[in-house]
Amino acid sequence: MTTPEIVNHMLCSFVGTVSFAIIYNVPKKYYFACGITGMAGWLTYLFISSQKYMSASVASFFGALVVVLISRILTVYMKCPITVFLISGILPLVPGAGVYYTAYYIVTNQLTQASLKGIESLKIAFAIVMGIVVVVSIPRELFHLVFCRRKYRKSDEKIEAPK
Amino acid sequence: MDMKKVEDIKEMAAENDTQSDSNVKQVVDCALEAGRILLRNGGEIFRVEETITRICQHFGVEHVDIFTLSHGIFVSAENEKGDAYTKVKHIPLSGAHLGIVAEVNELSRQIAEGKVTISEAEERLREIDRIPSSPSEFQIFGGGVAAACYGFLMGANLTESVVAFCIGCFVQAWALLAKRFRLSKIVVNIAGGMLIMFLALLARRIATMSVLRLDGIIIGAIMPLIPGLAFTNAIRDIADSDFLSGTVRMMDALMVFVYIAVGVGIVLITFNNMTGGFIL
Repeated sequence: MTTPEIVNHMLCSFVGTVSFAIIYNVPKKYYFACGITGMAGWLTYLFISSQKYMSASVASFFGALVVVLISRILTVYMKCPITVFLISGILPLVPGAGVYYTAYYIVTNQLTQASLKGIESLKIAFAIVMGIVVVVSIPRELFHLVFCRRKYRKSDEKIEAPK
Repeated sequence: MDMKKVEDIKEMAAENDTQSDSNVKQVVDCALEAGRILLRNGGEIFRVEETITRICQHFGVEHVDIFTLSHGIFVSAENEKGDAYTKVKHIPLSGAHLGIVAEVNELSRQIAEGKVTISEAEERLREIDRIPSSPSEFQIFGGGVAAACYGFLMGANLTESVVAFCIGCFVQAWALLAKRFRLSKIVVNIAGGMLIMFLALLARRIATMSVLRLDGIIIGAIMPLIPGLAFTNAIRDIADSDFLSGTVRMMDALMVFVYIAVGVGIVLITFNNMTGGFIL
């Protein structure tokens, strides 16, 4: 890929994620963080899927990994629920287009195409599940130790935000 | 004398009983309200259960059992005196407001720190429930931009992205309008799909100097209708091994895709039959 293309993709994934944050009524102060999350996830996806022997589902797995990791760091850092970053950030990776095509091919009676697209979307969805599970199973205390050392107070220990 | 004393003690005991009883009721009601607001606005099952448990335990209700579905919460609570209270709440599946989720989370954090009393918490919850969504022109613009950006990411060129922006604005406006009049999901999405396809075909008819591919436009333009939150939450619930809620939400999301495809298909097939040529 050429540099202008990459810049275009960065810009589009950033702005697209922020506009989804607007639609889902995320508070204004989190817009930038949401955009960064979405951009990082999409760039990872793009980079991995352009490599040899890498399918879309593997790329989605690594994309989801990056998105969830950044969301968890931001959750500790900005003290707000992970949902805020995760939902808008993971949207570029969610196989919306694939699922739509599946439904569309079923409606127009092109069943072979439908099953191809459907199984591919299913694989991507499971790859995302795997990505989420891997990061979520890292214990919380690690994030607090690494990213919150300065703000670390006794009270934080008991009442971390839920994942 | 003795009789009176005994009566006094009895009365006091009764008073204590009712007080602690109402206390359990008040605490569980408050916690359940927090859970309802979370679940309604797009919180995951995990968060709902943790918030309810946290609020109850902070206000002295030790044993709490919660069963949460994607559209209902069952709570049964008991304090150390043995006062028990059970409540079931039905919560219809509905839209997303992540700002409210963040606020409730902040409140539950403050409750756990001990900064908020129970009546204050109830008051705060009532305020949080009334937080408005962002202004609709802002949301319509957001829908358009989302459509254009995702269309571009999925391989549309610049002209197609601009078309997707316009269609996305219309679609988001339609979705907001439908939300105001509480139209059913089936109608909203089938009509939305028809609107998208109709506008895309119209744009192709008008823009004669460049050949517009419908793929990128449509993928971009359906973005405002896509149940991204339901889909992501479904995936997260399944990742938490919460298969029941995950399946219900996934079904909810998948049906929306089917409705959109039906809408798009209706217009496309009609158009093909009218003109005789096969496109796309």
